[in-house]
Order: sequence, then C-alpha cells, then structure tokens
Amino acid sequence: MAADSIAVPLPRTESRSLLLDWLCTVDHKKIGMMYIVYALIFLVIMGCEAILMRIQLARPESTFLSADAFNRLFTMHGTTGIFFVAMPILIGFGNYFVPLMIGARDMAFPRLNAFSFWMTAFGGILLYASFFTGGSLLHGGDAPAVGWFAYAPLTSPAFSPGHGTDFWNLSLLLAGIGSIGAAVNFIATVLCMRCPGMTLGKMPLFAWMNLVTGGLILVAISPLTAAQLMLMADRFLGGHFFDPAAGGQPVMWMHFFWIFGHPEVYVLIIPSFAFISEVLPVFSRKAIFGYPAMVAATAGIGFVSLGVWAHHLFTVGMPSYGNAFFVLTTMVVAVPTGIKIFNWLATMWGGKIRFATPMLFCIGFLFQFLIGGLTGVMLATAPFDWQLNNSYFVVAHFHYIIVGGILFAIFAAFYYWFPKMTGRMLSEKLGKWHFWIFVLGFHLTFDFMHVPGLLGMPRRVYTYQAGRGWGVWNMISSIGVIFQAAAILIFVYNIVHSYFRGALAGNDPWDAWTLEWATTSPPAEYNFSSVPAVRSRRPLWDIKHPEDPDWKYE
Amino acid sequence: MSATPATFADEAAELRPLSRGRVGMWCLITAESAIFLIFVIAYLVYMGTSLDGPTPKQILTVPVITTICLLSSSATMHWATSALRRGKLALFRLFWFVTLMLGTIFLVGTGREWHRFIYQENFTIHTNLFGTTFYSLVGLHASHVAVGLIALATVMILALFGKVKQEHSERCEILAMYWHFVDAVWVVVFTVVYGLGR
Ligand SMILES: [Cu+2]
Repeated sequence: MAADSIAVPLPRTESRSLLLDWLCTVDHKKIGMMYIVYALIFLVIMGCEAILMRIQLARPESTFLSADAFNRLFTMHGTTGIFFVAMPILIGFGNYFVPLMIGARDMAFPRLNAFSFWMTAFGGILLYASFFTGGSLLHGGDAPAVGWFAYAPLTSPAFSPGHGTDFWNLSLLLAGIGSIGAAVNFIATVLCMRCPGMTLGKMPLFAWMNLVTGGLILVAISPLTAAQLMLMADRFLGGHFFDPAAGGQPVMWMHFFWIFGHPEVYVLIIPSFAFISEVLPVFSRKAIFGYPAMVAATAGIGFVSLGVWAHHLFTVGMPSYGNAFFVLTTMVVAVPTGIKIFNWLATMWGGKIRFATPMLFCIGFLFQFLIGGLTGVMLATAPFDWQLNNSYFVVAHFHYIIVGGILFAIFAAFYYWFPKMTGRMLSEKLGKWHFWIFVLGFHLTFDFMHVPGLLGMPRRVYTYQAGRGWGVWNMISSIGVIFQAAAILIFVYNIVHSYFRGALAGNDPWDAWTLEWATTSPPAEYNFSSVPAVRSRRPLWDIKHPEDPDWKYE
Repeated sequence: MSATPATFADEAAELRPLSRGRVGMWCLITAESAIFLIFVIAYLVYMGTSLDGPTPKQILTVPVITTICLLSSSATMHWATSALRRGKLALFRLFWFVTLMLGTIFLVGTGREWHRFIYQENFTIHTNLFGTTFYSLVGLHASHVAVGLIALATVMILALFGKVKQEHSERCEILAMYWHFVDAVWVVVFTVVYGLGR
C-alpha cells in the first residue's frame, strides 16, 4: 500500500491542503490563532481537572479521588494553566495584534515564530502523554505529582521514581524554548518593524507592554531553563545539584524556581494590562489617561519584579535583613501597579462608557485585580506569610489574580478582537450571560476560599477531617465551580456559533482608534494594502476626525 | 498640516539603523547570559562544599594554551568580518578558517581534559558536588562552542563554494556577535572555575 501511495500522488483535496496550510504557516495571524485555539483546548482540560479536585474537596473525608490521583491533578492543573493556557493565549494575541497595531507585514522572524509555536505545542502534548504511561489511567498514569513548582528533593529519583517528573521537566523545557523564541520575536518586531511615523512614543500601549513582557521572558524564563537543565543532570546523569546526601541544597531549587516564578506572574499580567489598556479607552470613548506614566509603570513593574522572588521563601527561613529586603521590594510593586489602576479609572472618569461585554470584563478585572493585589500585599508581610503560607488563603489570592485578573482580561480581549480575527461578532446576549454567570461563580469559589485558609486549611491536601469547620466553605467553593463551568460552556458555544453564524463585523465595529481596525476583518495575508499615516497614538481617530486630530495635542 | 510623505520618509530613515538580526541576537545573548548566570551562581555557592574528593586543587590544571586560542579567535573573527565588509574575500576566508581552527583546538583541549578526568582520575559528574557543577558549567559552555563551530563550518563551506559575498557581511557579523559572546562567557567561566574555584 505504501508503494502505491508513493507511485500515485494523493489527490490534493480542499481539506488536506487547508490542513497543510495551517501546519506549515509562518503567517503571524495564523500562528496567533493556533496559539489561542491550542490554549483554549488546554483551558477546558485544566478546568476539568479543577472540577475533579473540587468534587473531591466539597465534603470532608471524601473518597472520590485517591491521594495519588489528587497529587497528579493539582500538578497538571497548575502546570497546564501557567505554561499551556495563559502563556500561549497571551503570546497568541500578541502575535496576532502587535504587527497589526504597528503597521507591519509580519513578525520580525516568521519562521522562528512558527518554530516557537510548535515547541510550545509539543511541550503540552508531551506533558499530557504522561497520563498514558505507567499505571492505570484512572490514577493518572505516570503524570507528574510534584506540584507545579516541583520542589527538590521531592523531584529526586529516590522520591519520584518513574518518569512523571521527567515529563514535567522536558515539556516545560520545550515550552520555555518556545517562549524565549517568541520573546526574541516580540522585541525585534517592536523595535525594528514599525511603520513610518510610528515612533516609540506613538505606539499603542499594547505594543509597549508586549515589548516589556518580551524582555521579562528573556531574563525570567532562562533561569527556569537553567534550573531544569540541572534537574535533568541530577535525574539522568546522577548529578548532585539538589541532592542533600552529597551536599547539594534543595533550597537552591527554590531560589532558582522563584527567580523565574515571580517574574512569570508579570509575564502573564503585563499582556493582560495590555488588553485592558486597549479595550478600556475605546469603551470609555476617551484616550488613555497618562500614557507616559503607563509606559514607565510597566517598565518599573518589570524591573522590580526581578528582585522580589524570595517572598516565596519567608517560611524557609532567612536572616532578618533578607526578610526586610523582600518585604519592601514586594510592597514597592504595589506603587506602579497602583499608578496603572488610577490611570484606568481616570480614563473611565467622565467618559461616555459603553457597557458592552468587553467593557464588563474590563471592569470585573479592575475590581478583582485590585482585591487580589491587596491580599498580595498582605502576604508580602513576612509575619502574615509565616502564618498563612501554603494555606488556601494563598490559593485564593493567586486565583484572584490569575482567574479574576488575567482570565477576565483574556475574555475582554476575546470579545473585543474576535470580530477582527474572524469577521464576525460574538453574541452580546450570550456574552452578558457569560459575564454575569462567571462573575457569580468566580466569587462563590474564590471569595469563600480565603476562609478555610484563614482557619488553617493547608493547600494540596487531598482530603480533610470533618469537624474542622472547613466543610461549609469548601462546599460553597465547589458550588461556585458549577457556575464557572456553565459560563465557560456558554463562552465556547458563543465562539463556535458566532464563528459560523455571528453578525458580520465590518472593519471597525467598535469605532476604535488603533491600526488593526484600519484593515479588513479578517485581515488579508499581507495585513495592509496601504498603511495609514501615523501622526499620533490614535491614527484612526485622526482619519475620522480631520478637524480635530490628536497630533495637535500630543 | 504640513505632513508630506517626505517627512515620513525622513523619520523612517532615522529608524532604519536598528537591524532586526542584531536585535534578535542581542535578545538571544541576554537569555543565554541569564542561563549562564544561574550556572555560575550554582558553581560559586557550591564551591568547596563537596563532601568527598577530589578537590579542584587536586586535579584541575589551568588550560592556558586553549584559553589563548579561544580568546584570540575573537580577534581573528573580527578581522574576518571587517575583511568581508571591505569586500576582501580571500582575506575573509583565511581569517574565518583560522577562527574555526582556533575554536576547534579549544574544544579538543576540553575533550582531552575530560578524557583524562574520566578515564585516569575516575572523576565524573556523579563523583561529587564539584564534579556536578564543573561538568555542567564547562559542558554548557563547550556545547555553545560546539554550536558556534557548526555555524562557522557551515559558513566556511559556503565560502569555499564562493557563496559568501560582501552583501552577506551583516549576517556574518551577527554570527560573530554570538562567537564573541561565547568567548566572553569563557572569561567568566575560566575565572570562576580555574581562578576562584582553585
Ligand atoms: Cu511572587
């Protein structure tokens, strides 16, 4: 049969060439879409993992999951969420819109771009291949069970036999290489590919923030890559980096991991800021307030975030000046972040606000990100952290940032840019249902999750005794998940339905001001047949209002 | 409104000097530096904390000749690229070849050092903490030299077939940036491993 198929070339059917088209593409828009779709699939998968864990924790002494399976689930949930949902979806939007917003034909290195995507994609597939190795699938196969930060010496061959940890290590190594490639591309694109007139000071904040994110990825992901190479040397070659029996120090892994891990939070939140900074002004009908301050605050957050990592190690024990240093630097992050929140509020202030779905998600972001930031400041206080580190209070805190902040910003981006990417509007009605049900579910789950943390419930326990007073709160958290899942179903239905049947969008459905709305929806392969003249930060405003252009005031 | 296409063209001309190839290479160098930094930190933290021998003093000999070779290859690389920029192709090929050879001598030197350690001293990555950090740091650098040599050899082969011309000087200079970086890293690794660590 094989000989036959070589001798007689297969007929090039429509669908086959379409598939090849996507597999071999180097077009930034297609790669961006692939990132996003890939991440959405993993979003659903990690959501299912969360559902299983919440069923297990809803009641005390539950036997729904085994301890082993629970360990594998929280490891996979966390790892997937950071590396295969948040990173690719944010890089995907950046890939799609940075070139469009700066009037470029493509990213600086299109083939590197495709390479980066496929590295990330293979990383995710490799991670999930672990489920199908080792023991029974019901108990999670040989999926890693070391937590998403994989502390030593739990990852040593003695405590993690089998290959679960190697799957974790290798897949993240691949994804890390992909992310570094994407970062190289973002920086080179923003610095070298801008259209005439688009000076750095006239770039949309979206491009600025992706530039900073790129820089942060370069210096933050690399330490993880280094630490993972060391872990590989330990596990495959018999090295002793994190082996206490030979004098190695497990705490070194903690340092290396969090030198990556803390800036990683900003690698995720800064592109989310980028979404908010584009969507919020358009729906407030005002230019962004304090553009230079926003750029400076972004760069400031990027720098400061590199010097705060040891706030994850307060309970490990540090000298008092170490504690003081990391408490202070962590609290300093609140200053540029506060500047941003005030600037967004000032943008809304006095604006003619349109409460369309993208704007609703922006407003949700503002509230929830603020609260998540405040619990962050609480946890940054070393004595408070000694009490509550590794409790459900921490879990609630970072889900407030990741779900309440980052995911809400991603939803805003979806409702805002879906028309540009597909040419069709997402349904507003379904969008509002999605928003309100998700808000309800989010607050049920994560507001009430703070309480068992305060009452002393540690994270990562697969069950707990009755009579500790944790049951009610856990039950409420689990009930919230039902609403979140329903909202996600509405969202997915909305995407699929609108993709085929949605109202036609036209070039510029939101009456927006940045360059991506100057071209067709979806844009042609070459992006722009002619790039509009850029003389201000809102080139489309200038075109629409020649009598009162922005460049007179900037 | 005095916006004429000419002003835009002027601005564009101002923006040109940033080459995306160079920016991309600078980014790569930044990321690589961070990786090396972590390995260097691990080396320094674990210096002298091995529970058993051998110690660096017992077995390390300072690789003077190979170090001189690698560092001088930066100079020959510089001469090669500037010859190419001026269109002197024969000179370019000569210096490029010398660079390639100097890099190869360095890598062979490392190979001989490792061979002696493993087969005569019985000193491997598994022996002690010093072995773990030594082989990883020096090996990480050597693997970068190897990647550089593969790239250099590719250009050399193309040059011998007459495919490398003056208009390719930008690309060769970008490759040279990587080579200079690898050399600079050796200065750090050398200082840490054969200086401070010994
Ligand atoms: Cu942190």
